[in-house]
Amino acid sequence: MSDDVRTDIAEAARSFGITPEDYMLPARHLIRIVDQDGTVLSTEEQGAEPGHDYPVPADEDLLEAYRRLVAGRRINDQNSALVRQGRMAVYPSSHGQEACQVAAAACLGEGDWLFPTYRDTVAVISRGVDPVEAMTIFRGDWHGGFDPRQHKVGIQSTPLTTQLLHAVGVAHAARLRGEDTVVVAMCGDGATSEGDFHEALNFAAVFHLPVIFFVQNNQYAISVPLARQTVAPSLAHKAVGYGMAGERVDGNDLVALLAVLERGVRLVRGGAGPLLVEAHTYRIQAHTNADDATRYREDAEVQEWLAKDPVKRMRTYLTDRGLLTEELQSRYEQEAEDIASALREGMNRESTPDPQDLFAHVYSVPTPQLAEQSAMLAEELSREEAS
Amino acid sequence: MSTTQNTDAGPRPGSAQTGPDTGEITVAVDAARESTTRAGGAGVPQPRPESPAAPVPAGPVTMAKALNAALADALSADAGVVVFGEDVGTLGGVFRITDGLAARFGTDRCFDTPLAESGIAGMSVGMAINGMRPVIEMQFDAFAYPAFEQIASHIAKMSNRTRGALPMPIVIRIPYAGGIGGVEHHCDSSEAYYAHTPGLKVVTPATVADAYLLLRAAIDSDDPIVFMEPKKLYFSKDRVDLDALREQYESGAASGTGPRAAVESGGAAIARTGSDATLIAYGPSVPTALAAAAAAAEEGRSLEVVDVRTIVPFDDATVSESVRRTGRAIVISEESGFASVASEIAARVQERCFHSLAAPVLRVTGFDIPYPAPKLEHHFLPGVDRILDAVDDLQWED
Ligand SMILES: Cc1ncc(C[n+]2csc(CCOP(=O)(O)OP(=O)(O)O)c2C)c(N)n1
Ligand SMILES: [Mg+2]
Repeated sequence: MSDDVRTDIAEAARSFGITPEDYMLPARHLIRIVDQDGTVLSTEEQGAEPGHDYPVPADEDLLEAYRRLVAGRRINDQNSALVRQGRMAVYPSSHGQEACQVAAAACLGEGDWLFPTYRDTVAVISRGVDPVEAMTIFRGDWHGGFDPRQHKVGIQSTPLTTQLLHAVGVAHAARLRGEDTVVVAMCGDGATSEGDFHEALNFAAVFHLPVIFFVQNNQYAISVPLARQTVAPSLAHKAVGYGMAGERVDGNDLVALLAVLERGVRLVRGGAGPLLVEAHTYRIQAHTNADDATRYREDAEVQEWLAKDPVKRMRTYLTDRGLLTEELQSRYEQEAEDIASALREGMNRESTPDPQDLFAHVYSVPTPQLAEQSAMLAEELSREEAS
Repeated sequence: MSTTQNTDAGPRPGSAQTGPDTGEITVAVDAARESTTRAGGAGVPQPRPESPAAPVPAGPVTMAKALNAALADALSADAGVVVFGEDVGTLGGVFRITDGLAARFGTDRCFDTPLAESGIAGMSVGMAINGMRPVIEMQFDAFAYPAFEQIASHIAKMSNRTRGALPMPIVIRIPYAGGIGGVEHHCDSSEAYYAHTPGLKVVTPATVADAYLLLRAAIDSDDPIVFMEPKKLYFSKDRVDLDALREQYESGAASGTGPRAAVESGGAAIARTGSDATLIAYGPSVPTALAAAAAAAEEGRSLEVVDVRTIVPFDDATVSESVRRTGRAIVISEESGFASVASEIAARVQERCFHSLAAPVLRVTGFDIPYPAPKLEHHFLPGVDRILDAVDDLQWED
């Protein structure tokens, strides 16, 4: 670790009155604010300790996040339905993980970037990408459906953790240009075993980049439980090995997630180096529609997590605090319905991708070989049309 | 360690400046330097290496120096260009290709990364997404394999995936191929892996001038380019004027001709004209092919040598035109022959030139074995004699 990096971490630690080691290590307990029944936990139960305490976000931020949460749940369930109806090839649902999805997008400013995985469609839409464009990838029209630069969102990545390095590169380029861009890079629990996870965290730490690695620990990688991926005390503990800070947070508690990520964004933008945030959550549905989750997990476990549902919890909390009125609730539900119907309409519309597009963007200008192959396909198609 | 005391003189034979911690690399670097002599011994027409006592006269430039100049000029020309990799900063690269760049352009523009090839390639993707033109160095051919996932799954595919919204103007420089007495993992001819991957371009120079021009064009291209540098030619010299090359490139670059056109749509070169048969070669095999042509000329056979230069995009037109004219063709490459670039070239020539061919298209390549240990590599490499044997087999009596 270079001296200036050490100083920045020391500064962050000093601002909290703790040692650099205590700054890097996650708090002893999961950071939580709202219990599963929607009540606010006592300060001790929140897991807060010096350097690891998180103020409750502003009321309007909570309401706005809840609005997106309601939409997120609806998007997940609409997309799963569309898959069942054969309108989409596949959909990895984040049902149960929507609080993480919403928080990952909500913590970012306009100039910041998000690098999501296949599971993170709700985060992508929450960041402002048109829902139908976001679903192009799963409908099977093309491998990506939007311009990443327009929204500062990467195309949902399938090769596990490869996108974390792209996040590092975006942050590094921004830094070289003197911009204070923060990047949130997402991955799952199982993915933390991949080599690129290690390389990305190490690069971010060595180059001291404002990247938040946001791990949704939903307990499984398809069928494989976390105990088969790592015997580390927690995923957040991996941070200290890279010389960065780690934190664990209740991934079904939107209030805690916003609190941790918003403070995280402030810290990394201010130069405290990268951050690893592990959110404990659960994938309520199967890995994808093609998966049979009963082969590797008990229904009792699913029921237990259903009781911790992030949407219900947030609704109760906001209602009890008098922030969420019946009127607001029905407005949010209506907005979610509108998105769902846009999705239905978009996905039910016949789409006919142009075969000539196959050759158009492989290179900036098609090579002579691709031009030949494109002409051959055109000729095949015109013969087909004629017959 | 003083690697930058005289940037203009470039690395010289006998001045290996690697520390004790890079012993393995020192061997390879020294071997690459020595190979100038060895390749010359195989009949390659190139100037004799100067001894340290005899100063290099103005004019002769090594391929290493030309590559270094191309990087420096690209860094000067475009603020978006960044160079990074392992040991490319203070040390200037184990082959000194990035010598002096960090000192001249600062460590924001040329810097060392942690040892992680996937990390280097993956980070270059993000930097390209965010508007830069990364030039990354893989230390040796076989050490690029950890980066293959990022290269094949993202660098090659990102433009297509995003319908051109995210082009990947990335150059992946890889010292490749053998002939330097390198130990295992330092001599692979890995071009076929990249050539087989749609979305990548694969470019390899065989001359000092091309090293400069093609690298500049690769850096200016919006497509990702695997730039394969024949390490046995790093310290080969040629009489070129780098200032004139720069001018040639920069004036041509504006009008989109020359090396830029080669990188855009393929640009083979006729390295030697002939009328009886065409030897098709690239990178490290071009000097060998030229030596074979020179030897054949003494026996009265006129061989044309085509330097492929851009494996992808392949210049079918130039190659086919030559073969149709000569009626016979041999493809030469150092790779293992099975499912190789040479196989692809042979197939393309056969498809396009069948009615002009007086004999089957032959391939002279490495054997289908892992690259041999130093004492045995000369059996593996396609040499002049093996090429001349193949020439004899081109059914001259029919
Ligand atoms: C490099 C790579 N290996 C394997 C796969 C296949 N695969 C897709 S998702 C997945 C499980 C990932 O689990 P986790 O990281 O926990 O994320 P989750 O799906 O639970 O959100 C696997 C093995 C892949 N996409 N990429
Ligand atoms: Mg998981």
